[in-house]
Amino acid sequence: MARDATTGSMNPTSTDFKSNARAALSDPQLQHALSGLPGGLVAQRTAAKAALPEFEELRTAGRDVKNHMLAHLDLYLARYEERAIANGAHVHWAETATDACEIIAGICRDANAKLVTKGKSMVSEEIGLNAHLEAAGLKVVETDLGEYLVQIRGEHPSHIIVPALHLTEGQVEDQFRRTHTQLPPDRPLPDPASMVAEARAVMRENYIKADVGITGANFLVAETGSTVIVTNEGNGDLTQSLARVHIVITSIEKVMATLEDVAGVLRLLARSATGQDITNYVTISTGPKRAADPDGPEAYHVVIVDNGRSELLGTEFRDVLRCIRCGACMNHCPVYGAVGGHAYGWVYPGPIGAVLTPAQLGVKAGGHLPNASTFCGACAAVCPVKIPLPDLMRKWRQREFDSGGQGVIATQALGGWSFIARRPRLYHGVMRFAALALSTLGRGTGSFGWLPFAGGWTKHRDLPAPQSRTFQQLWAERQRGIAPDV
Amino acid sequence: MSEANTAARNRILAKVRRSLGVAEGDGAREARADQRIAAKPRQPAPARATLAPGDLRTQFIQHLTRGQAHVVEVPDTEGLPEAIAAYLRETNTPARLRMGADPRLSGLPWERAPGLERETGRADPSDEVALSHAVAAASETGTLFLASGPDNPVTLSFLPETHLVVLNAATLAGGYEDALAIVRAALPEGYMPRTLNLISGPSRTSDIGGKTVMGAHGPRHLAVFLVG
Repeated sequence: MARDATTGSMNPTSTDFKSNARAALSDPQLQHALSGLPGGLVAQRTAAKAALPEFEELRTAGRDVKNHMLAHLDLYLARYEERAIANGAHVHWAETATDACEIIAGICRDANAKLVTKGKSMVSEEIGLNAHLEAAGLKVVETDLGEYLVQIRGEHPSHIIVPALHLTEGQVEDQFRRTHTQLPPDRPLPDPASMVAEARAVMRENYIKADVGITGANFLVAETGSTVIVTNEGNGDLTQSLARVHIVITSIEKVMATLEDVAGVLRLLARSATGQDITNYVTISTGPKRAADPDGPEAYHVVIVDNGRSELLGTEFRDVLRCIRCGACMNHCPVYGAVGGHAYGWVYPGPIGAVLTPAQLGVKAGGHLPNASTFCGACAAVCPVKIPLPDLMRKWRQREFDSGGQGVIATQALGGWSFIARRPRLYHGVMRFAALALSTLGRGTGSFGWLPFAGGWTKHRDLPAPQSRTFQQLWAERQRGIAPDV
Repeated sequence: MSEANTAARNRILAKVRRSLGVAEGDGAREARADQRIAAKPRQPAPARATLAPGDLRTQFIQHLTRGQAHVVEVPDTEGLPEAIAAYLRETNTPARLRMGADPRLSGLPWERAPGLERETGRADPSDEVALSHAVAAASETGTLFLASGPDNPVTLSFLPETHLVVLNAATLAGGYEDALAIVRAALPEGYMPRTLNLISGPSRTSDIGGKTVMGAHGPRHLAVFLVG
């Protein structure tokens, strides 16, 4: 999914999930890039969990802590704001994506800013911040290496913590040669280390020249009025400490009561995300530089975005607001692993995206995504705050079906199925006939390479032929002592 | 705060209350939130946060070393200048460092490391080595806690290629909450520095081809001098 050529903003393509997925499956570079997931992030999380015997207990505690914060969200937000202002912060409230963009553009304008450096923030992707700031005449440079890669390629992140997961080393090398034209064209870039060194040198210039540094926040702390970011690169720190103005863009559900509450969730976050015990940097920022400080920003702004979350809180999807954005659900999702993040067509891919996208874009635009699940349950099993993602996807499927979003054929077929399934005699009769017919037809090879109405299935794999009798028949025979154990 | 901002704030908080089905000014809820902020209840701590002191030390060194940091054990503060000079020599790093105004660092017997040049203040982009003093550390993941300010400017932790951090062994705690307690006790009541930096290793990235490379934007090398 590319940025819009003229505005650079993100056009949701979630309605095209099927064609996006088809293209992704036949993209050899993408398939190569995705092939590293099982041996990488998945194996690393498994090892980190094994090294911490209390991990399951911590997940339960994480769920409970986040639930407490959501149940008192208005109160902790008010207390956060009070402490933040007392410590010198400017706190801004944005009901919508547009409001948030305009507030941030206004802060940049007041600071006479030209160059903006920006650390990783999924909320900023959600509100289309870069496009808005660029339209206002600002130059915005992403400082997280993965975000920088997708920015210079004119793309969007395909993963919430590994934005350039879809790219191979060769693609990165090609892009650096195209973008960094100030460097000798024949310079060697044989490995990731040489490319990281090149990006480091390019980015240093930006940190030093930047007028405004924007970061996200993983947590807000009510007790101290602080914002917290976790990074491994240290880009968020250079972004916020070298610019004149630090702007934090975040959303309402990130607030925690105390640093102790943050500490508990920190034990889950990196282990779930990358399999690290903790990210190399966790930075707790409070206000602008103090009178005696030799470094740090002169002004510190926090923009708290709602963008539909306050309404979501009152729905059957409330649990999704516990999300701490670790990405474990997508790392472990067989659908994500097959098609990558761009196929989902919106900011948040994978199982969490399948639940958030219909909430943010509506059932019409995002209602397809909850169907992109095998309901294997891996996402819920690894979620550090125990969000019941398959249950929530099922609820969206129900809503999509109720709104007729499945299309006429699927709706009628499911209606027919429902008619039969609610009539046991009819059901058993139909099943007996179908099992016998399919087993007779498939007797030669034991499977079908093609079947009418099942081309979508048989195009990529064979459909096994069933045994000649249904499960109920076999069960009844076994109860009577006729059939052997099956 | 501008009127529009106040109005937006009030509408968001009202929507939150409506979704939660609660009324404004519910005393019991307010008391619960205030009580939690005051009491700061801890989450269940893993066993690794509550080991015996000797084991905490071993675990701390193991975690940092695994994360590609260096740990140098120094028996007393008097030995620090020589230990720092020796580390820089052995790693082929220039014997010139930048540090803040921390009296625990400026008061060291630097005359014992005569070839080592020192400058004070915030980091300059051309600085190759910086020296900071940590407030505390958590053994559970090998995590240093540094407070920004004139004593230890935050840019020292991120701009130079090599970051040296002094940690007094008496401030090495088990879990994050224990380290936080030391930090809170060391700072004026209710005061937070502009940044409290938790550092567990050198800067790294795995954004290209999933391969880990050190020194993404910040230090390539982190060396911890554990004193006492």
